[in-house]
Amino acid sequence: MSVRDPDELSVPPDGRPASEQPQWRKDFPIDWPQDTYISRRELGKFLVLTSFAFVVGQAWIWIKGWFGRAPKWPVTKIGRVSEISVGETLLFHYPDKLHPRLLVRASEHELLAYDQKCTHLSCPVIAEVDKSIFYCPCHHGTFDLKTGRVISGPPPRPLPKVKLRVQGDEIFAVGVEDRMS
Amino acid sequence: MRAHRDRRYIPRFQRTTILLGILCVVVLIVVVQLWLLTATMNAYLGGERDLLLAALIVSALCFALNLGLLRYVYKLDR
Repeated sequence: MSVRDPDELSVPPDGRPASEQPQWRKDFPIDWPQDTYISRRELGKFLVLTSFAFVVGQAWIWIKGWFGRAPKWPVTKIGRVSEISVGETLLFHYPDKLHPRLLVRASEHELLAYDQKCTHLSCPVIAEVDKSIFYCPCHHGTFDLKTGRVISGPPPRPLPKVKLRVQGDEIFAVGVEDRMS
Repeated sequence: MRAHRDRRYIPRFQRTTILLGILCVVVLIVVVQLWLLTATMNAYLGGERDLLLAALIVSALCFALNLGLLRYVYKLDR
């Protein structure tokens, strides 16, 4: 009498003997432990594929970082000093209409400009000059007005700073500085 | 003549346990890779360029580890 490999026997999920199983399960017997094993192995294959996708994503970021050319920032006039009072803000777009920026006159001789998009999820920030902060109403992030650095909330990075040049009464935007901290 | 048995037979329930352990490790590695990807993207958006290559190498090593583990699983079945 040959001894069957116990791995080959079909084991119904409820564990009852074959004689107690419903007719449909007798007609379509499935090796449940093998089915479980195969489905978990397929899950492992899928996870390794996901792992490969993450490597592709990392490679794409690296390629963009090292082979993307540094942008040439145009020099753009954005307003006049005499048109902005102390404590006032001016919304402008630099270098194109897709990038809204905020110019703030923090004091008599202090002009600051930052990206208006919050670094969390790109909501427009509001300058509150009296509190010396930029406030994002979406998730209550706050940035320091003078430095653009994160004070509180979910934003991960400071606001990109717009470099300004003042010639006489005219204010020019000459570049943007991305920062990690 | 005695049949040559050069492979140790691993019962299926033991293979399933081994597979479960390997799956746990793979899941952990994939979670680490996901965190690495988000941190790298954050660094890139902040203007950092120095970390990108190191992050790519680490992610590739994680993938190589996952691939090795999967290869071991398929070896078990042969």
